[in-house]
Amino acid sequence: MTDTTAPQLPTDTEEAPVLTHSWADRRALRNGMFTIGAWLVALIAAIPLVSVLYMLIVQGGSRLSTDLFTELPPAGFEMGGGFGNAIVGTILMVLIASIIAVPIGVMAAAYLAELGPESQLGRVSRFLSKVLTGFPSILAGVFVYAVLVLAMGTYSAIAGGVALSILMLPTVVLTAEEAMKMVPRKMKDAALGMGCTRTQMIWKVVFPTALPGILTGVMLGVARVAGESAPLLFTALFSNYWISNLREPTASLSILIYNFSSMPFDNQIELAWAASLVLVLIVLVFNILSRLFGRPKY
Amino acid sequence: MTVVQPLKGDAPTKSASADGGDIAINCNVSKIYYGSFLAVRDARVAIHKGKITGFIGPSGCGKSTVLRSLNRMNDLIQGFRLEGDVHFLGQDIYAKNIDPVVVRRYIGMVFQQPNPFAMSIYDNVAFGLRLNKFKGNYDERVEHALRRAALWDEVKDKLKASGLSLSGGQQQRLCIARAVATEPTVLLMDEPCSALDPIATRRVEELMLELKDDYTIALVTHNMQQATRVADITAFFGVDISKGGRTGYLVEMGETEQIFQRPREQLTQEYVSGKFS
Repeated sequence: MTDTTAPQLPTDTEEAPVLTHSWADRRALRNGMFTIGAWLVALIAAIPLVSVLYMLIVQGGSRLSTDLFTELPPAGFEMGGGFGNAIVGTILMVLIASIIAVPIGVMAAAYLAELGPESQLGRVSRFLSKVLTGFPSILAGVFVYAVLVLAMGTYSAIAGGVALSILMLPTVVLTAEEAMKMVPRKMKDAALGMGCTRTQMIWKVVFPTALPGILTGVMLGVARVAGESAPLLFTALFSNYWISNLREPTASLSILIYNFSSMPFDNQIELAWAASLVLVLIVLVFNILSRLFGRPKY
Repeated sequence: MTVVQPLKGDAPTKSASADGGDIAINCNVSKIYYGSFLAVRDARVAIHKGKITGFIGPSGCGKSTVLRSLNRMNDLIQGFRLEGDVHFLGQDIYAKNIDPVVVRRYIGMVFQQPNPFAMSIYDNVAFGLRLNKFKGNYDERVEHALRRAALWDEVKDKLKASGLSLSGGQQQRLCIARAVATEPTVLLMDEPCSALDPIATRRVEELMLELKDDYTIALVTHNMQQATRVADITAFFGVDISKGGRTGYLVEMGETEQIFQRPREQLTQEYVSGKFS
């Protein structure tokens, strides 16, 4: 009845509305500035990673050869050489760490996500896991030194692996918990409605569905510990020879880089660069593998 | 434990009278609590063998709560407490020595939201068979279940494809196939069509009518027309707000035709004629 009170829509007027883009419009200007700002910040964030990779490839790439993987580290004025034993040692200790941390971490995550998410034990262990993610890695080494190295009477690959597993565990627990929580409630209800016990629900439905996320967590853990040197200083130490058993001092890439980079010999410094590049490549390969295997199948 | 039943089409079960009349589930609930909240009172419902029993009523009347207490799915909810008993083929499933996990293998469930597992179509249907360590021809049972669910022709060439790749209506029929693969005695359906479009709804309704030859079905529906189309017997639940809370209770139950044409209660009359919903 009162058309006059209704707001006048642009289409009601005779004039055609202006739909063209104009920088004079403050809104468009602010939007443009913010977009450029976001671009710049993203670029700045990428600079450290790109420059590190560039340095590694330039400095270490020239020494890349099969010798690196088959030869032992050179002593003093020796020329050539490689760090095959350190590659084996690093992979071995990361493997030991994974064997310890993955089953414990995934089971703990299953408890946190499914069995007792709000229980006292669940809350406390979730909090402790979060604290442990920021745990100084050198303390993990000192701890294992006191518990294992002194008891065994020797530095060893086992002790190194245990120290790394302490650092790996919280990453695995927290990411695997998140992955399991992402499995839809209705899928879990369906399993229970079919007559699954809670254990069967976790094994047959939650684990397979959350597998990509769990693997991502494991890979994050591997990537975190593969380059650690501080915890290995007190546990695995170093060795110039091939490893013959798990109960002796063991070489690792990170300690080799640490040792060689401070030496006054060009050969060793070049090897340190090459070892850095190899370390980054190993982590990269693990990441790609986890993406291949961790792709959701369904 | 051999929970997986023989195929119903192949070996018809013995006459119903052998295990206590034609009633599959005799639900005799006097009170259901969630914590201190009284959700349902006085719900005495008999689910007849080989028939579709529809539960209708306004929101919050406890029809889903009652349905979920028939296979102890409510046990999973914190603070759930039931007074009364629910007899399934003569046994009280709330008795102390009953394992709710086993109960759920005999009384299957189809949920409101289609919820296939993140597995292949085949594995979805075979899930219950594997769970019950079924020894026999899996391919045959899977095909039979998919045919029962009127899904076979649509998926027979892509059994390895993900169950999640199907459309909503197909997913719901896959869930029905998954539920019937182990040949449960009773099938509980909790608003199975509420997430589906009208065409998919129609297919699932046709399917229910076919399935009732072999299965006992209890169906919660928000849609009165659906109840008139498929239910043989209808239970009408109301909400009692007199004591401050919202407590559901059974108003009346009878042949669907009687409930909709000649309701005994004033409240039923008002509901089925659309005076409130």
